[in-house]
Amino acid sequence: MDIAFVIEKFVLVAIIFGISLLIAMYSTYAERKVAAFLQDRLGPDRAGPFGILQPLADGVKMFMKEEIIPSNASKWLFMVGPGLAMLTACIGTAVIPWGSDITIAGRVIPLQVTDINVGILYIFGVVSLGVYGVMIGGWASNNKYSLLSAIRAASQNISYEIAMGLSIIALLLVTGTMSLKEIVEQQHGWHWNVLYQPLGFLLFMICSFAETNRAPFDLPECETELIGGYHTEYSSMKLGFYLFAEYINMFVSSAVMATLYFGGYNYPGMDWVLLHTGPIIGPLIGTLVFFIKIFAFIFFFMWVRWTIPRFRYDQLMHLGWKGLIPLAIANIIITGIVIAIIEKF
Amino acid sequence: MGTSVFYFVATLSVFFSLMVIFSKNPVHSVLYLIVTFFTFTVHYILLNAQFLAVVNFIVYMGAIMVLFLFVLMLLNLNKDNEPLKSGAVKVVGVIAGCCLVVTLIGSLKATAVSDPVILRNPNLGLLKNLGKELFGPFMLPFELSSILLLSAMVGAVLLTKKEKV
Repeated sequence: MDIAFVIEKFVLVAIIFGISLLIAMYSTYAERKVAAFLQDRLGPDRAGPFGILQPLADGVKMFMKEEIIPSNASKWLFMVGPGLAMLTACIGTAVIPWGSDITIAGRVIPLQVTDINVGILYIFGVVSLGVYGVMIGGWASNNKYSLLSAIRAASQNISYEIAMGLSIIALLLVTGTMSLKEIVEQQHGWHWNVLYQPLGFLLFMICSFAETNRAPFDLPECETELIGGYHTEYSSMKLGFYLFAEYINMFVSSAVMATLYFGGYNYPGMDWVLLHTGPIIGPLIGTLVFFIKIFAFIFFFMWVRWTIPRFRYDQLMHLGWKGLIPLAIANIIITGIVIAIIEKF
Repeated sequence: MGTSVFYFVATLSVFFSLMVIFSKNPVHSVLYLIVTFFTFTVHYILLNAQFLAVVNFIVYMGAIMVLFLFVLMLLNLNKDNEPLKSGAVKVVGVIAGCCLVVTLIGSLKATAVSDPVILRNPNLGLLKNLGKELFGPFMLPFELSSILLLSAMVGAVLLTKKEKV
């Protein structure tokens, strides 16, 4: 393990962390602009040109607010909750391949922090830990509404994790590997997995909406029933962390969806572009394409939020257990049969 | 370096396991148990068993402990509604505990120190090798255990539907 390797990884982690925070910050702005567009309003337009400095103003406001810890709250856990939510949101980016290898001065630099051979399971594990931030925060607040919200979050996450895992199994049958890097390399050009697994993609997308607590699955923070949900008692930057973690989760799950089903940094005609732009610019164009795909997914998340009303809780459970799980199992069986037939002939 | 990391993580495991039984609040106990499971995950990674590590992470930390926490939060155990144990029960508990300690120490003294296990194939814990083993020589036990789990699940569903049948 030479020192250059450590520096290279450190720089990569710092860049990815910075980009995640920047995208999360501007997702709040984009969310308000998209909402305004869909509701025929203007949206934030005071701070800077087109309101582009609005996230900064919001951040400063969050930092300047008074910090309140309820007197009957479990103080230590009350502080751990938002930190945990932020941590689990950020560590998912470690296994995502952001682009193909770059060659600078004879040194090959992979644009991926680590390529472990159980990459998908790692993502899955991080997702399943995500619920702890909400649960601990909701319980530690010592507030009935927060507790109800924490319990809703837990049962929702567990229910949708099953369907999510089953939809991934069908994808693994097609790819035959769990390494995210290899999965992306297999989708070279336009051989995107969504063409082979359309139903699997649909199930995975619905489940990631549920796992990130986005509308129409935002039951844990349903204002009309639970005041503010699990973050009712939070103020200042702790509240900011919870809100921020939601946007980072959205960014990470968009990246995972683009990686698994939409070819990651692959695009039609990439060989021609790579040949004509060289070993540094070429992969960076691929990264740019990857980010365009991510932004499209983030826009889709927002579009759905401002279009579709929230589920009732029993509808949510019915959809998860009686709709998605049987569909996912059927998808696995059909995929298995088709693969067996193709290998036979 | 490997051994020192092992001893560090092992100390953490023992410390957090003790915190599980010493903390007064059941929710804190469960949280310490989660941290204990996390240290086990680190142990698996030190043994180069990546798949086992990730599965331990997902199943124990991500699913089972969430359900534990879920139930404890719903029960909302407090000092006020905790049943008071009588003096006789405490005495019996102390005697039983001492017996257990004596047995454990005796059995530990009786056993010789074992040789360190050396893996013939250090990559045994990687996903591909594990899958080949499970679906090759151990195909029948693997499938039978999955049927056992399925029957347990069906039984649990049947128990909740008792009044409608």
